[in-house]
Amino acid sequence: MTDLADRQKLSYIAAQAADARLNVELETEGMTLNIGPQHPATHGTLRIIVRLDGEQVIWAEPGAGYMHRGYEKLTEVRTFPQVTALVNRIDWLGSFANEVPFILAAEKLMDIEAPPRAQWIRTILFELSRIANISLFLGDLGVQLGAVTPVFMAFRDREHVLNLIESVTGGRFHPNFDRIGGLKDDLPAGFIAETKQVMKKLRNFCDEIENLLFGNEIFQSRLRGIGVIPAEVAKQYGLSGANLRASGVDWDLRRDQQLPLAYDKVDWKVWTHPDGDSFARCWIRLQETREATLIVDQLLDGIPSGPIMAKVPRIIKVPEGEAWVSTENPLGEMGYYVVSKGDLGPFRVKIRSASFNNISIVPWVLRGVYVPDIISILASLYFILGDIDR
Amino acid sequence: MAPLSDETAPLNDTLALPGDALREGVVQALRDALGEGLLDSLIKPNDDVWVRVSTEAWREAGLVLRDTVGCDHFGFLSAIDWLPSPFGRGEDDPTAPAPERDTEIKQGYTGGSTRMQVFARVTNISKHFGVTIKADVPDHEPAVDSWIPVYAGANWHERECHEMFGIGFNGHPDLRNMYLPMDFEGHPMRKDFPLLARLVKPWPGIADVEPLPGDDAEDGGDA
Repeated sequence: MTDLADRQKLSYIAAQAADARLNVELETEGMTLNIGPQHPATHGTLRIIVRLDGEQVIWAEPGAGYMHRGYEKLTEVRTFPQVTALVNRIDWLGSFANEVPFILAAEKLMDIEAPPRAQWIRTILFELSRIANISLFLGDLGVQLGAVTPVFMAFRDREHVLNLIESVTGGRFHPNFDRIGGLKDDLPAGFIAETKQVMKKLRNFCDEIENLLFGNEIFQSRLRGIGVIPAEVAKQYGLSGANLRASGVDWDLRRDQQLPLAYDKVDWKVWTHPDGDSFARCWIRLQETREATLIVDQLLDGIPSGPIMAKVPRIIKVPEGEAWVSTENPLGEMGYYVVSKGDLGPFRVKIRSASFNNISIVPWVLRGVYVPDIISILASLYFILGDIDR
Repeated sequence: MAPLSDETAPLNDTLALPGDALREGVVQALRDALGEGLLDSLIKPNDDVWVRVSTEAWREAGLVLRDTVGCDHFGFLSAIDWLPSPFGRGEDDPTAPAPERDTEIKQGYTGGSTRMQVFARVTNISKHFGVTIKADVPDHEPAVDSWIPVYAGANWHERECHEMFGIGFNGHPDLRNMYLPMDFEGHPMRKDFPLLARLVKPWPGIADVEPLPGDDAEDGGDA
């Protein structure tokens, strides 16, 4: 792996050199450019203020907070089962994945575990949310770089996944399906056969995107070597998910921690990329979507029978204590630090959302890049506004 | 299809779960480096480790965790206000006299002596374990040292913490509000800051929820 360190060092030196050049070569008058809050390229209401010297960014500051809904405060006046309805709306493209860590934290405090069948269905729905979320990223990526076709393909194929999620949970975007101790309901009839078909379609979609975008010369030249984040910096800023693995850090919470989910029952692999540039981040996500379809396929084959709900009291009081549970959500590490005082509702919930950390690196990574690269770097970091502001 | 990368990760064989001996080692490393600065620790077998350090040792503890313990991945930094909420769960009837509430401040794991505590979570990626670290925030002058020199990513977390809890971070270059207008008064995540939505429109209560069939009348509808 010395090769990896060398490549990152070289990229870093290149970035430093670009920095130095700013002050020597160009002595133009600076200019402040405002992007957003309402700009089609910022997926919602993120505002970025950049100061330019010629075509290069010398300073960038994202302004979050246009969608702050105060979920941490709201959880304090909800009961434990009610919280899932709130946290569904944090990362709205992969909603089910938001519920799981909170429910796991509550279960940890209550010292109960969902029955195996519920754990498997949770894992399946978790991966389906990941596919629904990241397939939209893969389509949207094209739009950011001026290719319009992929986004239609993404919406077409994501629809199949949303239909699957709807057939199980009743909700396309906000399932609110996870319960403390298990799940609300079992899988509907015909789900397994249907899902296998859809997973095939999604693998086709991944191949299409790979052929259409990733092999494209313009695409590569817009992303390769742009926005390099070395592993050390990525870890310092708490980057997670594909952004961290694209910097060569082999870290995936699905594999690297013990949780009552079914990931250790199937054979899959964690993808990493040594380069740490925008292309690596996009490429990791493509591979992960494909890997997720394979995980779902294997889980469907081995799904155990049995109950889907553990024995829990109807009025849930969570014993006094503190618990931290985080999972590998589509956007990265999402965790909940839950403090309970033995009451009906939590005393304090700290929501650690992935995009908040992933976007906090923007001032660092945008320094020295050219204006057109701002959009491609932001697109490759991939954030959901609700996940930044909570 | 051949992957575009020339280098791929090894297969899924590196699953190594943290043992309690490792957690003991974390606490010992902090004790060696900080001495009196380490106030308390808690190890839950096969689960997790909590440590509490003194306010003065907060930044030093971060450096020890990063450099000695090897927790180089920054998770989050936030605060807890341990004051029991004077508004309960926001379900009071505004026409009735305010009910008596417990006002005793009782801290959670690893104890504490102040109303507010900052806490953070950092992870060791190569050895697969995390540490939750807490520190008391003095009541009269709520401020601790900034963690930016330790983890650059603490920047935004401290800004958020500053506006939500009113905790200062010594050495932070830019504690502007992230979410609220700059002239906003109060710190919304403090327990004595009411949830305004519940004051404007009182909680309708649970009276109109029909009990489920087969439930006892007294616990029906409580959810």
